[in-house]
Amino acid sequence: MRRSILPVFAHRLAILCYIVFALFPLFWLLKVSLTPNDLLYSEGVRMWPSRTTFEHYAFVLQHSAFPVFFKNSVIVSGSTAIAVTIIASLSGYALSRFTFRTKYWIVGLMLLTQMFPLVMLVAPIFKILTPLGLTNSLTGLVVVYTAFNVPFATFLMQSFFDGIPKDLEKAAMIDGATRFIAFRQIILPLTLPGIAATLGFVFTAAWSELLFALMLINGNNAATFPVGLLTFVSKFSVDFGQMMAAGVMALIPAALFFLLIQRYLVQGLTAGAVKG
Amino acid sequence: MTSRQHLLPARLTATTAMMPPTGTILPMTTAFTSSHGRRTRKPFLAQLADHAEPYLYSAPALILIITVMLVPLVLGMSYAFRDIQLLNPFSGGFVGLDHFRTLSQDKAFSGALKNTLWWTGASVVLQFTFGLILALLLDKPFRGRGMVQALVFLPWAVPSFLAGLNWAWLFNPVIGPLPHWLFALGLIDQPGNLLSDPHHAMWGPIIANVWWGIPFFAITLLAALQSIPRDLYEAASIDGANWMQRFLSITLPFLAPTIAITVLLRTVWVSNFADLIVVMTGGGPADRTQIVASYIFTQAFKALDFGYASAIALVLLVLLIAYSMLIILPRQTLLNKG
Repeated sequence: MRRSILPVFAHRLAILCYIVFALFPLFWLLKVSLTPNDLLYSEGVRMWPSRTTFEHYAFVLQHSAFPVFFKNSVIVSGSTAIAVTIIASLSGYALSRFTFRTKYWIVGLMLLTQMFPLVMLVAPIFKILTPLGLTNSLTGLVVVYTAFNVPFATFLMQSFFDGIPKDLEKAAMIDGATRFIAFRQIILPLTLPGIAATLGFVFTAAWSELLFALMLINGNNAATFPVGLLTFVSKFSVDFGQMMAAGVMALIPAALFFLLIQRYLVQGLTAGAVKG
Repeated sequence: MTSRQHLLPARLTATTAMMPPTGTILPMTTAFTSSHGRRTRKPFLAQLADHAEPYLYSAPALILIITVMLVPLVLGMSYAFRDIQLLNPFSGGFVGLDHFRTLSQDKAFSGALKNTLWWTGASVVLQFTFGLILALLLDKPFRGRGMVQALVFLPWAVPSFLAGLNWAWLFNPVIGPLPHWLFALGLIDQPGNLLSDPHHAMWGPIIANVWWGIPFFAITLLAALQSIPRDLYEAASIDGANWMQRFLSITLPFLAPTIAITVLLRTVWVSNFADLIVVMTGGGPADRTQIVASYIFTQAFKALDFGYASAIALVLLVLLIAYSMLIILPRQTLLNKG
C-alpha cells in the first residue's frame, strides 16, 4: 500500500498546478475588480486587498453603456444559438439518415468552410452587408455568426443522431407518421443532450466573436460586449477596476453555459470517438 | 454516380412497357406486386418529394453557407486583383497583380510570415503537450474528478477577447503581478511590460493562447482515452507491463489518429487565430507580433484597404492549402500502397 502513496501525491500535485494555472488569471480579474481605487497601486501584487468594494460594479452598471452592450450580446448570442441549433439539427439529420447523390459534396463544402481563414471574409462581408443596411445592426451579426457556426454544429448534431437507432422512426413511419413528425416528436427529444451541447457551443462562440463585431459595428448602440470592452479600454485606459468589473460580467454567461454543458462535453465526444 | 442516373429511368420504362397487356386485372396485380414494384408506381409528385427530402432538410444550412461564406470567399478572391479602398470612392478598378508585387516587397508581410510560423509552432506544441498530460491525469477516476475537470476546462469557455485582455493586464506592471515575479526571479532586469519588449513580446500572446487552448486538447484527448477498452490495460498489467510499456503500446497507438487529426486542424486554426494578438499587442511593438491573419485584419480594419487585405488573404489561403496537401498527400499515398 505504501508504495502507491508517492504516485498519488505526484498526481494530485500536478492537478493542483493545472488548477492554479487555469484559475489564476480569472482570480486576478476578480481581485482587481473588487479592489478600491486608492489601494490599487499601493497593494499591487498582494493576493487579496485589505478592503474590498463593489463600487466598480455599481459604476459600470449605472454610469456606463455596458448594460446595453450586455443586452446586445445576449440578443446576438441567444438568437444565433437558437437559429444554428434549428438549422443544424435539420441538416445534421439529413446527413445522418439519408444517402443522397450530393451528400459528399455537402460534407466537403462544410469541411472547406472549417479550413479557410474566416478573416478573409471580413472585407467582402462588409462590402456585401453595407448596401443591405446590415452593418451596424444586430441582425447582420446574427446572420453572419449563424452561417459561421452551422457547419460545425451540423457535424455535432449528426454525431448525436448517428447514436440513435434508425428503427425508431421507421416504426413511427410504419404507424403512419410522416418522417418530419417522427423526427420532431421521437428523434429530437432523444437528442436533448446534443441540442444542449450545440446551444452551448454556439452561444459561447458568438459571445466571444471579436473581429467581425469590430468590423461590422461602430457606435455604441449596436456594440456587443467585446467591441464595448475594447473601446472602453482605449478610452479610459487608466480605470482598471471598472474594466475588470466589466470583464467579470462578460465572463458570467459564458462560464454558466460552460458549467451546464461541461459534463456532456467529454461524454458526447466519447460517443463520437467510439464510432469513428 | 452516373450509373445510378441511368438506372432509374430504365427501370421505369420497363414497368410501363409491361403494363398494357395485363388489361383489366391491372389493379389486382399491382396490389400484389412486391414493394419494389409498388414504389416505382408512386405518383410522380410523391417520388419527387422522396428525392427532395434530404435536400429540404439541408437547404437552410446550404443556403446560409453559400450566401454568407462561399460568395464572399469568391468575391474576396476577386478583390485581390482590384483596387478597393473604403474611403476612396474612385477605387474599384482592376489592377492585375499589383497587390502581389507590393506584397513581395512588403517587409511587414515577410516578418508576419515568420511570426506566424513561430506563433503557430510554439502555441500548438505547448498546447498539445500540456493538454495530453492533463488528459492522462484526468483519465483514471479519483475523488472530485468532475469538479477538477470543470475547473481546469474553464479557460476554454473564457471569451477570447477577455482571455487576451486578462493576460495583457497580468503582464502590465501597473496592475499585474507577472513582471514583478519575473523580476524577483531575476529573469528580467526591471519589472517592465513584456508586451512592449520587441524581442520577447510574442511570448505574451503565446502564453495566453496556451492557457486558452490546453482544455481543447485535453477534452479531445480525454474523450479518445476513455474510448480505449479497459480490459486491454488489465491484460497488459497481468502480463507484467509497466506504466511506460502500457502507454507506448496501448495508449499511444489508440490515440494516434486523434492526435494526427487534432494537431493538423489545430495548426490551421491557430495560424488563423488573430484575436489574442489584436487584443494584446495590435501586432506591435514595431510589427514584432504581427501574424499574417492579424495583418489582414489590420489592413482591412485600420487601413481600410480591402484590396490589399484580400491579396494577403489569398496568399495565406494558398499557403494553408499547400500545408494541408503536404500533410494529407503522403498519408493518402501510404494508405493506397498499403
